[in-house]
Amino acid sequence: MIDAKRRVLLKGSLGVGAISVAVSAGLLTPGVVLAEWPANAFKATDTKAALTDLLGSDATETSDKVTVKAPDIAENGAVVPVTVETDVEGVKSISIIASGNGTPLIASFDLGENAVPFVSTRIKMAKTADVVAVVQTDSGLLSAAKPVKVTIGGCGG
Amino acid sequence: MASNIKIRAKTSDGVTTVKALMSHEMETGLRKDKKTGEPIPAHFIQEVTAKWKDQVVMTALWSGGVSKNPYLSFKFNGGEVGDPIEISWVDNKGETDTGTAEIK
Repeated sequence: MIDAKRRVLLKGSLGVGAISVAVSAGLLTPGVVLAEWPANAFKATDTKAALTDLLGSDATETSDKVTVKAPDIAENGAVVPVTVETDVEGVKSISIIASGNGTPLIASFDLGENAVPFVSTRIKMAKTADVVAVVQTDSGLLSAAKPVKVTIGGCGG
Repeated sequence: MASNIKIRAKTSDGVTTVKALMSHEMETGLRKDKKTGEPIPAHFIQEVTAKWKDQVVMTALWSGGVSKNPYLSFKFNGGEVGDPIEISWVDNKGETDTGTAEIK
């Protein structure tokens, strides 16, 4: 583990010239920003583990108040447009999961006070699977799923 | 540093919709170079922060599962024409970019 990380660091350091300039200019505060990134959740190989790591629970309740928009058939799994929307009040975060991917957790959006519970992005999908949205509210986790048929996978090469 | 983030922000009926396109390879670290068979090191955006004036509206935590040259859209309550929107990202190598736009 540690060795693997050191390799990454070493490789990364080749491109560090530009970064150190950014750091000295005060544009970057790595300790503060990167500390929040939930590495374990993103490395988890099944959805339940990812959700538990990220949100502290995997007890999701399917809700028709959560809408996941994605194409029925994605010709190119490398670019699958996904939109998640809900009219539930008090949404803290929205997470997007591609349940067929090796590491299913794709993204998690922490919403600020003024944010409307809506996010839209494009994701990679390895194979035909459900795209699952998990909405975190004060009273628990709500989820919705949308099956997407992938004809060319977007992971691996 | 020239910004590679394109931002469009529009307000209507008290709700501002922001659309942003970032320029990033979003490499998962799982792919291999077809010629050499060497794994291509992971290089992807980990965190995106969106601000309206000085207020953080949304923080996105990403994996390499987000598509190359990521697209992101979100909405928030409030915002007036001319208000500044700032979007910045940090990737797993510590590189960073920031883009700004005014609400239209």
